[in-house]
Amino acid sequence: MTATVGSAAGAGRRLPRIPVPAALILGGVLAWAVTMVAAGQPGQISVDGFVSILQRATALGFVAIGQTFAILVGSIDLSVANLVSVAAVMASFIMQGDPAMIVPAVVAVLAIGAAVGLANGLIVTQLGVNPLIATLGTGLILQGVLSTSFQNFAGAVPEAFQVFAYGQIGPFPIGVLTMLGMAAVAGLTLKYTVFGARIYAVGGNRDGARLAGIKTTRVVIQAHMLCSLGAAMTGLYLASRLRSGAPWVGRDGVYDLESIAVVVIGGTILAGGRGGVAGTIAGVIVFAFIDAIFNTIGIDAYLKQVLRGAIIIAAVAAYAYRMKGHVA
Amino acid sequence: MSGGDADRAPAPAPVAEGAAGAARAGGGWRARLGGLARIHPIYIVLIALLVAIAWMSPVFAEPAGMMNFLRRAAPLMILAAGQVFVIVAGGFDLAVGSLVTLVVLGSALMIDGDPTMTGITLAVMVGVGVAVGLVNGAIVAYLKVPSIIATLGMLISLKGVALSLSGGSPQGYLPENFRFFGRHTFTDIPLIGILPVAVIVLVVFGALAIWLMHGTRFGKQVLALGDNPRAAELAGVNVPVVRIGAFLISALSAVVAGVLLGGFAGVSTDVGDGYELQAIAAAVIGGAQLLGGRGSVPTAIAGALTLSALFTLLNLLGFPKPLRDAVQGLILIAAVAYTMAQRHRRG
Repeated sequence: MTATVGSAAGAGRRLPRIPVPAALILGGVLAWAVTMVAAGQPGQISVDGFVSILQRATALGFVAIGQTFAILVGSIDLSVANLVSVAAVMASFIMQGDPAMIVPAVVAVLAIGAAVGLANGLIVTQLGVNPLIATLGTGLILQGVLSTSFQNFAGAVPEAFQVFAYGQIGPFPIGVLTMLGMAAVAGLTLKYTVFGARIYAVGGNRDGARLAGIKTTRVVIQAHMLCSLGAAMTGLYLASRLRSGAPWVGRDGVYDLESIAVVVIGGTILAGGRGGVAGTIAGVIVFAFIDAIFNTIGIDAYLKQVLRGAIIIAAVAAYAYRMKGHVA
Repeated sequence: MSGGDADRAPAPAPVAEGAAGAARAGGGWRARLGGLARIHPIYIVLIALLVAIAWMSPVFAEPAGMMNFLRRAAPLMILAAGQVFVIVAGGFDLAVGSLVTLVVLGSALMIDGDPTMTGITLAVMVGVGVAVGLVNGAIVAYLKVPSIIATLGMLISLKGVALSLSGGSPQGYLPENFRFFGRHTFTDIPLIGILPVAVIVLVVFGALAIWLMHGTRFGKQVLALGDNPRAAELAGVNVPVVRIGAFLISALSAVVAGVLLGGFAGVSTDVGDGYELQAIAAAVIGGAQLLGGRGSVPTAIAGALTLSALFTLLNLLGFPKPLRDAVQGLILIAAVAYTMAQRHRRG
């Protein structure tokens, strides 16, 4: 493993100055610019055009930042899409269009997120259930309870809360700034705090970390809680953007798969212990560029889906195919 | 279900542990309980569920009710029998649900009500299944993409292909001779009364899968590969070929399940949705170990039947569909937690 994990490291040797995230974004910008020129819409290449692409990336961004923590620690979270739906519905259901209820709703949604993350973490660490199955199970439970209670858009979000998705500071939407701010905080935490170091230690070698005195179960649980909080943020953002929450918004966005895909595309390895938030954000932005390119050249929605599946596989393969060991 | 043979296979392990000597004192009751312990708990759960269903709905206890239940459960049982190969090899196949949808939508488009097209359509669908299985396996074995990502990507792509072919809504029409497999029932059979064709298909596919897993060298190689791929390789197993073989069997199970579902459920764009998770759940409930090395086809099939029985029971109890999903999630976690606790106790 160690000798071959990084095709990222391999690429780094040949291109010493360009880290993977920057290369990804550069590639995305280039492909996008070429497409826009070829499609006869060079006017799109502007700050506004770029900001609108960032906006497309916001919802996925929050949940992907969270997923990065789960994957870094050697776990994974398949329940995020369902939690996004729960968060969106609960936000608009509690608010019911009343500005006074914004704070209680946000607090409640974040508390739900933390609780789900805690449950995931406990099932994984205390019951020893494989994280894929554990979070698949909690996802099914969340969706089942939600869909039984709500069949359609529930409640409404007051105008004041729609600022989260539609408000702007200068040319930058507040949602985009919040997402990038969260990414910066997450990135700095991983890089400069003891907690961050523990995340990498636990993900890199759980037994080694335990022998070094790290309370590994606690770190895994904390990573799961951060992951679920990211999903809760996506739910809040979607409720703000759609002006109401429906029990299918998370599943429609395929946030479980897409968040995992962008984390992996960003260079974080699925086995854990290596990677970071910068790569994830680059992955999210690349996905948004791909979306914009597909829209510009007018690819049919279903073909887009086919290509998207192929791109996910190809992106992961680009990192993985040089590995010497076996993969299942 | 001919579960006996396969269940005996893992049995020597506890016996060997017992030979360590310490257990000598309690040997008497242990020996007497030995016969009971050899029955996998899934069968006890299954029988309990079936009794509960029969108690709630006596029609169910009649042979005809039983056969109809088996017919409805057949696609999931077949998918579980295929999925368990991939799981035992250490991976996941999440593409089967989309493949089921593609088979149903594709067949309806190709045949479009013309009975003479049925043969060639079935052949083409088997070809599609072979291709999907080969591609899945090759992506995992040669490109080293973890199967969860590879088959999720395949899931998205296949669903896209299916919807793109049909333009987003079900089109075409399946003639009677195609629907024969999923829909037709032989009547006036001695002893059991009726015999749905789907049950015959299930028995044939199940027997083939049991033979492949528990009676051939290939099956042993799948187990070895899932347990420790490097060791298997050093022992002479052609790892990529065996891995691709596992995905191939899983994909073919999806084609068979798709043909059955097209027969009795008809043509719709969401016919296969969720089957991938149910198949994995069935295999796991049936004791297959995630990430490989342990599992059996008969218990996976029993797991699928248990899941179907559970859904039927919840349905009889008046649970709405979404709540049934929630219960499925709960059972999934409980089943894995139970096996983990068991393994922990055994050391």
